[in-house]
Amino acid sequence: MDKHLLALEDLSREQLWTLLHRANEYRERLDRGEKDGRELAGWTVANMFFENSTRTRMSFELAAKYLGAHVINFSQQGSSLAKGESLLDTAQNIEAMAVDCMVIRHGTSGAVRFVAENTRASVVNAGEGRHEHPTQGLLDILTIWRHKQQVEGLKVVIVGDVLHSRVARSNIQGLTKLGAKVTVCAPATLLPDSGDWQVETETDLNAALDSADVVNVLRLQLERQQQGLFPSAKEYFKFWGVDQKHLQKDMLLLHPGPMNRGLEISHQAADGPNSVILDQVTNGVAVRMAVLSILKERGGN
Amino acid sequence: MELVLKNGKIVDGGTIREADVWIRDGKIAEIGTDLVRPGKTLDMGGKLILPGLLDMHVHLREPGQEGKETIASGTAAAAKGGFTTVCAMPNTDPVVDNPLLVELIATRAKNEGLVRVLPVGAITKGQQGKEIAELGLMHQAGAIGFSDDGGWVQDSGVSYNAMCYAAQWDLLIISHPEDVSLVAGGVMNAGPLADKLGLAGADPVAEVAAVERDIALAEASNCRLHLTHLSVRGAVEAVRRAKARGVRVTADVTPHHLMLTETACDNYNTLARVNPPLRTEADREALLAGLLDGTIDAIATDHAPHKQTEKFTTFDDSPPGIVGLETAWGLLYAQLVESGRMSLATLVEKFTAGPRRVLGLENLSIAVGQSADITAIDPAARAEVDPQTFVGKGVNTPFAGWKMSGLPAMTMVGGEIVMLNGEVGNVTVPVEARAQVG
Repeated sequence: MDKHLLALEDLSREQLWTLLHRANEYRERLDRGEKDGRELAGWTVANMFFENSTRTRMSFELAAKYLGAHVINFSQQGSSLAKGESLLDTAQNIEAMAVDCMVIRHGTSGAVRFVAENTRASVVNAGEGRHEHPTQGLLDILTIWRHKQQVEGLKVVIVGDVLHSRVARSNIQGLTKLGAKVTVCAPATLLPDSGDWQVETETDLNAALDSADVVNVLRLQLERQQQGLFPSAKEYFKFWGVDQKHLQKDMLLLHPGPMNRGLEISHQAADGPNSVILDQVTNGVAVRMAVLSILKERGGN
Repeated sequence: MELVLKNGKIVDGGTIREADVWIRDGKIAEIGTDLVRPGKTLDMGGKLILPGLLDMHVHLREPGQEGKETIASGTAAAAKGGFTTVCAMPNTDPVVDNPLLVELIATRAKNEGLVRVLPVGAITKGQQGKEIAELGLMHQAGAIGFSDDGGWVQDSGVSYNAMCYAAQWDLLIISHPEDVSLVAGGVMNAGPLADKLGLAGADPVAEVAAVERDIALAEASNCRLHLTHLSVRGAVEAVRRAKARGVRVTADVTPHHLMLTETACDNYNTLARVNPPLRTEADREALLAGLLDGTIDAIATDHAPHKQTEKFTTFDDSPPGIVGLETAWGLLYAQLVESGRMSLATLVEKFTAGPRRVLGLENLSIAVGQSADITAIDPAARAEVDPQTFVGKGVNTPFAGWKMSGLPAMTMVGGEIVMLNGEVGNVTVPVEARAQVG
């Protein structure tokens, strides 16, 4: 991480902790109501969303504004049709307007890196394809760390469509580097070929949750159901839906949102005592403030 | 033209012998020592004289995609790479699915091509996989075989019908085996690397299932079936079993599947995107073993030129394909022959007698009376792959910087030299000349 944040895979343990400590400071500032930082004064950040997003785009926008940056927003509907060339054309045009940092979400794995390699601005991955969503991974880890006061040695279970999830990939990369034990749990059709990832795989939810410290429930992408990767919402919820009954007293329940209540997570669990889902949202702003401020320090324009 | 190739070493049928070759009226007129005959003399300086190399799987892109390649540029690339004959796949625009287009390719190749071009016709109309095309008429027009390459005939009924129909005239069906329903949108080999990169994986079982179905249909119809660019171990094993029980099936493999694995796709390297995808080391070894034990009959490049702008994009958006004509021989010579994995005789066989047998062509040898289709190789020549020096339009190769050796020094088609010392075109030979590779 010199001038870009493309993937947690690229970061060392030390770089992860630097980001988390900075994010924790910003979280404390937000809790004190301080939203008038000047760290990004004179910097221009472009939010470029080639795929739909509400929460991530607003979170980046607020993070930049709380630190004094100029912010512009670009969004393109129907991004699945956008070819790499037009993506790069768009990026180069926005960069030519004296933009210092581009925050990019794109539906194609590798698209954000492609832009970073062919432009001069700092580039932040705001979620690409099924590859990585590094700020989501960081905010999940920040949430875990703040609640558990540690990351190393924790058992974190990621439940849901791991195969198609960029959130899962960033979580796996970040958590395992920081010494957590990660288990992924899903129907066999939604499990990746984990290869040399340091994760356990499990198709039985109850077995996966045994002695877990953290449960991170992924949003089930309903459009995948048309591919027949699982038979029905009813069957999915029966075997892999996380309910309050699955949660031991000290288990932390995370979800990147937006939730499909009654599909991957029950109402009771989502709103129950284990849930830190809204806390994640606040931490998301703090993480993005940390990422942008550190990038500006490290060779941003 | 009359020409004596002096001081060459003839490599043919597994033997090497020093001899001069006299070429007259497009044929080999005499072989002997210290030949003094009318016409010009080309001193081969100990270079290897081989029967002309044949690449049975090439995309010349004409008609319709001349920005990527043309018959002229593609055959120039072939000549540079030492090939005297190429088979042109039919997935052009429009698709070669009728006799007029077969004739068009043949005519243009005759007028503009530097090497021989054998057109391949489509199996189904428009390569849509629904109705079989005019196989008989295309055969009469000169089609050497039939393929929906780029797309497997997914419907088993249509495929069986095509094979039964082709079998009545003993026509060759060339299959690109890939069950699309099992590929499920995959863009590289399914496995840990695809999952790490977040790219959709293409499961190897898609190829194995397609190969097994095609073998079953060929066995039932007694059709000649050729399975092209095998990429996975299970497919090699299926072909081995089928051959053992007498099914009329043959197979080829590409240079890139013999030399690269899926790791070439890391960092979203679009130059390594190819269909079928690059697989694992175990698959690569199985392909090489299949080649050595005769399960795989031929090496074919699947030469697939694309524009640079098309490859300069994300992995998902990049069209699959690698160019191969100008690098195939030199890379394989360096990687397989010089490393001791394969004998020179075997490599020659896989580019000459092997594919000719698959295609049902007469054997070509360095012998009196044979057509003077000759490739000369300089075993001492070395170079690195430099796409900037390619004469074909496509420069999409993941092999830039790789070492090549045993480079082609001369390509001769029907007694005419179309490449000499790397210079491509109709070469005028001085009365006394020397073949060398600089």
